Amino acid sequence: MLQIGPYTFRSRLFLGTGKYRTAEVQEKAVQASETEVLTFAVRRMNIFDESQPDPFEKMDLSNYKLLPNTAGAKTAEEAVRIAKMANAAGMCDMVKVEVIGCDKTLLPDPVETLRASEQLLSEGFTVLTYTSDDVVLARKLQELGIHAIMPGAAPIGTGLGIINPYNLSHIIEQAQVPVIVDAGIGSPKDAVYAMELGADGILLNTAVSDANDPPKMAEAMKLAVQAGQLGFEAGRIEKKFYAKASSPTEGLSKV
Amino acid sequence: MKVIINGTEKQLPENIETIEALLHHLQLQEKKAVVERNGDILVKEKHENEPVLDGDTIEIVHFVGGG
Repeated sequence: MLQIGPYTFRSRLFLGTGKYRTAEVQEKAVQASETEVLTFAVRRMNIFDESQPDPFEKMDLSNYKLLPNTAGAKTAEEAVRIAKMANAAGMCDMVKVEVIGCDKTLLPDPVETLRASEQLLSEGFTVLTYTSDDVVLARKLQELGIHAIMPGAAPIGTGLGIINPYNLSHIIEQAQVPVIVDAGIGSPKDAVYAMELGADGILLNTAVSDANDPPKMAEAMKLAVQAGQLGFEAGRIEKKFYAKASSPTEGLSKV
Repeated sequence: MKVIINGTEKQLPENIETIEALLHHLQLQEKKAVVERNGDILVKEKHENEPVLDGDTIEIVHFVGGG
C-alpha cells in the first residue's frame, strides 16, 4: 500500500488527464490503468461558449482522488493561488506543486518550487512536489515536510525515460516520504525501471494519452508498475562477470 | 454594470446582484466552477450572499485535463 499524507492507495500508478483524443478514449484508459489518482489542471472557464464542454462529464470522479496541479505557475505566489482555487472546488486537499522555470525544457524553478511548497504546507495542504532530479533540492523539500517527492524522469512530454538513474537512486535512498517518479516516462520499460530503482509510484500522462492505443498502453503501464514493484520487493540478483550454469554440472549422461 | 470576467469586460443586467445570480446568468450553476472576486476566492457556500459590484474583476475557473 502507498501512503501519502492521510491517503492510502493500492495502485501505485497516477494518471494525468491531458491530451486524450476523445473523452471516451480517456475514460477507457483510466479504467484500464486501475489508477486511484487522477491529475488535473486549473484553467479559466470559457464562459462565452454556451456549450461549455466538460471532458469529465461522463466520468464518476468520486471513484478517484483528484490531484490538481499548479501547472501554468511561474512563481510561488501563482502556484499558491492556483492551489487555493482548486481546493475551493471542494474535491481534495492534495496538490501537485509545479512551478516551471524554463519554457524550453519545462524544468521546474527550484527556488519558487521550494517557496510554494513551504507556503502550501503552512496552509494545511497535502503537498506533492514536482521537482527535477536534484538530490539536494529533494532533501530540502523533504525537510520542509512535503508529503511526496515527485522527481522527473526526464522533461515533461519527452518520453525520454530515466535520464539520470544515479540521481534518482540517491533521491530514493534518502527519502523518508514516498517518491513518485513524474514526467518523462516513455514506455512500460521506463516504469518498470523506476519501480525497480525503488520508486514508490509513477505519474504519467503523455506516454498513455499519445500512444496509438491509449487504453492498451494504460494497462501495460499498470502491469509495468506492478512488475517493477514486485521485482524490487523480491530483490534482484547481483550482476556477475563470469557465467554460472543454471543446470547441474554433475551427473551428465555420457555415451 | 460593467465587470471584468476572465479578462474580458462584460456588461451585466442590473438585476444580477450576487455571485450566485451571475453564475445562473452564465448558465454555470450546475458546473464545478470556482469563483474569485477581486483576488478573493469565494467558496460555493458564500455565492448566494456575496455581491457583484460595478468594476469587479471576477475569475471563474474549473478543472481541465492535465498531467
